[in-house]
Amino acid sequence: MAEQSVWSMVISILLAGILTDNMVLSKFLGICPFLGVSKKLNTAFAMGMAVILVMLLATAVTYPIYVFLLIPFGLEYLQTIAFILVIAALVQMLEIVMKRFMPPLYKALGIYLPLITTNCAVLGITLLHFTNQKIIDFAAASGGYATGKVFVVCMANALGAGAGFLLSMLLFAGVRSRLEKANVPKFLQGLPITLIAASIVALSFLGFAGIA
Amino acid sequence: MKKDGNLSIFTKGIIAENPVLRLVLGTCPTLAVTTSALNGIGMGLSATFVLVCSGAVVSLLRNIIPSKVRIPAYITIIAGFVTIVQMLVKAFLPDIDAALGIFLPLIVVNCIILARAEMFAAKNPVIPSILDGLGMGIGFTATLTIMGIIRELIGAGSIFSLPVTANIIDPMLVMLLPPGGFFVFGILVAVSNALANKKGKPVVESIGCDGCAQNGSCPFAGDSEKCEKPDAAEIEAAKSEKPDAAEIEAAKSEKPDSAEIEAVKKEKAEDISKDNTKDEKAEATPPAQEGKEEDVNG
Repeated sequence: MAEQSVWSMVISILLAGILTDNMVLSKFLGICPFLGVSKKLNTAFAMGMAVILVMLLATAVTYPIYVFLLIPFGLEYLQTIAFILVIAALVQMLEIVMKRFMPPLYKALGIYLPLITTNCAVLGITLLHFTNQKIIDFAAASGGYATGKVFVVCMANALGAGAGFLLSMLLFAGVRSRLEKANVPKFLQGLPITLIAASIVALSFLGFAGIA
Repeated sequence: MKKDGNLSIFTKGIIAENPVLRLVLGTCPTLAVTTSALNGIGMGLSATFVLVCSGAVVSLLRNIIPSKVRIPAYITIIAGFVTIVQMLVKAFLPDIDAALGIFLPLIVVNCIILARAEMFAAKNPVIPSILDGLGMGIGFTATLTIMGIIRELIGAGSIFSLPVTANIIDPMLVMLLPPGGFFVFGILVAVSNALANKKGKPVVESIGCDGCAQNGSCPFAGDSEKCEKPDAAEIEAAKSEKPDAAEIEAAKSEKPDSAEIEAVKKEKAEDISKDNTKDEKAEATPPAQEGKEEDVNG
């Protein structure tokens, strides 16, 4: 285990993000969009793609800030403030750039971008890079966080988390479309049955725990 | 009279507008940290501290912060207090810090706090804002504690780490795992809905716009149906009308200031002019009638 290649690490992190450490169903991050935007399959897909994009960009920006700015100056305690402000500014800029240069993409994802600024999944993943035990071990083995290898692994972590979010959104959108037609007892109608359905979807994801 | 108002501001957050069960805000920490009653209390009190402090500061600065940059400004204020809480908890309650983990810094993006800053503290003086924060915080803490007690009792057979049924019934570990969280929360919402229904209050159907932290800057605010299933045409319409997030915010913040006032003025002007015309008509008609009468008489 001492010398793990980057690519085996990347694959294991990706799979963990999608299945065993699923953002929504096992880490409870991004529950609001999970319950709010999952009524239709296509909106769920667009939201998921927007989250993947923002997670990757947010990691690419916050990682160097933390590793090369905050750690050298002993300012780790500013992590929360720095990250949330950087992410908010990033999303705003992304929206402007997308609108100017990529109108079709903006048309598809733009509406979800402002919703993502304060999504706990995005801030969560940027913070989790530095608390995930696997990544900490990998960084220790390959010479600290300030190496390119660890950055690649963190990007994989962001991609995996985003893909896991997308997967759970899509699965749950499918479940909900069936739920709309179901005959639900009156006292469970609305939010309660949605949550109980989410509980069963989460139960099925528990089955992946054995893989890790 | 005023004391009465303050009291109701304080108490509404605990039951009538309970942030978790009635407004469905802050679901992520609710589900994640309630694996034990103690964690629930720790999370609830941390969030209460941030709610009260950020409410007070946002309320103090409500006339200074330009409305265009108010959301980033609120986030900065909230993030500052969250950092203070993080350092305090890390220093004095390391066990709670380890249990809450990433959810302590994530108080920054907790919908409850931004929503209260946006909806209440930005519009009200300091004392009511503090009371509102305190009430909401206590409601949040109480709900988290209840959920923590239920999950801990069934999942580990103990309450506040004191064994209760652990030796009698085998604990159901699944209650401490994510599915148990969703399940208990679903049942709690159902119970709160049933109680609300008995009192004739509206039932929580789904997460509305109130539950969305971006409520303040969303082009579809107040219309959760559209937000959940935006049709392509509607999105385009919304964009062509409101092409920029900043402009949306500006438009929104300006609405109550200028647009509405202008609208009100126009309405008033119209009313006045209508009144005038009515008066004129009223003045104009009687003589004619009198004339007619005279004619008839004549």
